[in-house]
Amino acid sequence: MENRPLEYDYTIAKMFMLTTIAFGIVGMLIGVILAFQLAFPGLNLILGDGLAEYTNFSRLRPLHTDAVIFGFTLSGVFATWYYVGQRVLKVSMAESRLLMTLGKLHFWLYVIVVAAAVYSLFAGVTTSKEYAEFEWPIDVGVVVVWVIFGMSMFGLIGIRREKSLYISVWYYIATFLGIAMLYLFNNMEIPTYFVTSPAGESGIGAWYHSVSMYAGTNDALVQWWYGHNAVAFGFTVPIVAMIYYFLPKESGQAIYSYKLSLLSFWGLMFVYLWAGGHHLLYSTVPDWMQTMGSIFSIVLILPSWGSAINMLLTMKGEWQQVAASPLIKFMVLGSTFYMFSTLEGPIQAIKSVNAIAHFTDWIVGHVHDGVLGWVGFMIMASLYHMAPRVFKREIYSKSLMAAQFWIQTLGVVLYFSSMWIAGITQGMMWRAHDEFGNLAYSFIDTVTVLHPYYAIRGVGGLLYLVGFLMFAYNIYKTMSSRPVEERELQSASPMGA
Amino acid sequence: MSIAELQAYGYFVLTFLLVVVLYGYIYHLYTKKRDADGVDYESYSNMALKDDIDDAPVSALSDEKVPFEGAKK
Repeated sequence: MENRPLEYDYTIAKMFMLTTIAFGIVGMLIGVILAFQLAFPGLNLILGDGLAEYTNFSRLRPLHTDAVIFGFTLSGVFATWYYVGQRVLKVSMAESRLLMTLGKLHFWLYVIVVAAAVYSLFAGVTTSKEYAEFEWPIDVGVVVVWVIFGMSMFGLIGIRREKSLYISVWYYIATFLGIAMLYLFNNMEIPTYFVTSPAGESGIGAWYHSVSMYAGTNDALVQWWYGHNAVAFGFTVPIVAMIYYFLPKESGQAIYSYKLSLLSFWGLMFVYLWAGGHHLLYSTVPDWMQTMGSIFSIVLILPSWGSAINMLLTMKGEWQQVAASPLIKFMVLGSTFYMFSTLEGPIQAIKSVNAIAHFTDWIVGHVHDGVLGWVGFMIMASLYHMAPRVFKREIYSKSLMAAQFWIQTLGVVLYFSSMWIAGITQGMMWRAHDEFGNLAYSFIDTVTVLHPYYAIRGVGGLLYLVGFLMFAYNIYKTMSSRPVEERELQSASPMGA
Repeated sequence: MSIAELQAYGYFVLTFLLVVVLYGYIYHLYTKKRDADGVDYESYSNMALKDDIDDAPVSALSDEKVPFEGAKK
């Protein structure tokens, strides 16, 4: 024991890998149920009238979004941080008892907060702010978890051997700072206990209820500054961190241009924060602010594509690897979907396009080609790369992984193509009118027309969920696969048949 | 001048300065090619490629803290 060589310690990474998979299954399963509820409304009562309160669309919807954002994605971010962080800083968690304790505390408090959030949302306790539904006691818990994550992250950075911080670490730091700032400001709220109504009543509502500190348009502005940047610092920044580490590592190729990665980073930081106004086009927000939201959204193409092209060019001269390895396929398609959705978003933010796209299913389609094609693919690819290294065993099955890749890709394509057609149909029907200005269609007319596309979307989501279960099974079986030697882990991950 | 006008001018000046700084940074990266320690930026890719705990750091934080130090107890 005395002279045992130092090794990276993946205890915390493994714990978060587990929650990534568990919360992924829960979040995606609820998503599929919701998709079929929209196509077949009878499913709202799937467990009978008595339980309708818990199974209807509006009760389940925040559970889906929050489970995939704060459960699946954040777990993936934490799992990869506790893996990548040690390696690029060349320091082991085992070297500091404090950091190990903080890591474990981070994990268990996170699980407790998630459990509390799931319970409260099922019970219908919500602030009614999208992606910020948690009431104040849970918000306090979230802040505590986040502070511990920060202490753990900066603690590891503090004892590093590598002087410079690898580009992925920059992105992880940005994730930490960005979400800290966004979450705090958007969740500024006053417990109703302290509120007095104009009529002089006080102590209104249950102790856990609260009202936002902002009102009206200001509340909307802060909310969408938060909502859009939750996409930035939850679904973009940490996922870019992952691809900048895992794609070069798995392919054995140096990043095409490290300098481009640095300037794309600052470009993204500079531009993203101003784009949230595009969620409020044609609303009561000042006109100049809407225009600013549109313009910054268009400019955002540059830094986004800077990172995405950098990743694709990293494969320059090595494209045979894309054909040979399903793991590289996930990452290259993830990067392609990133390019695709960061072009689609700015197009939707143009005012004239938004006049058709706003409030339609096209927006839902946009979100999902980003999260299914980019976020989901990259997190699964990262876990696939980590699995042989943390379990010291080869990935159980390459062919299962390949089958999963094609099933999920088909699922994503069905999802976004059906939502494109549904969204544009909706947008056109809502605005159609005769020569006297009378609306040509009533709302129910659009519902009837959209039914087949909703069914296709449900099937697309189901295929993605099936693929995710295959992923979970593959990782589970990896734990009992053939043990591998250290030299097999240099770049391409070892895989069984 | 009202507070709103002041905010608008302030916003413009801040945006303009940030644009200048960002382009200045790009110019610096592509003309100097190396950071203040003389390390070629492109060699930083090796932080991911050679990331075993006993690999030599691209630029070590200090001479004392060599890898394996933690094992010598």
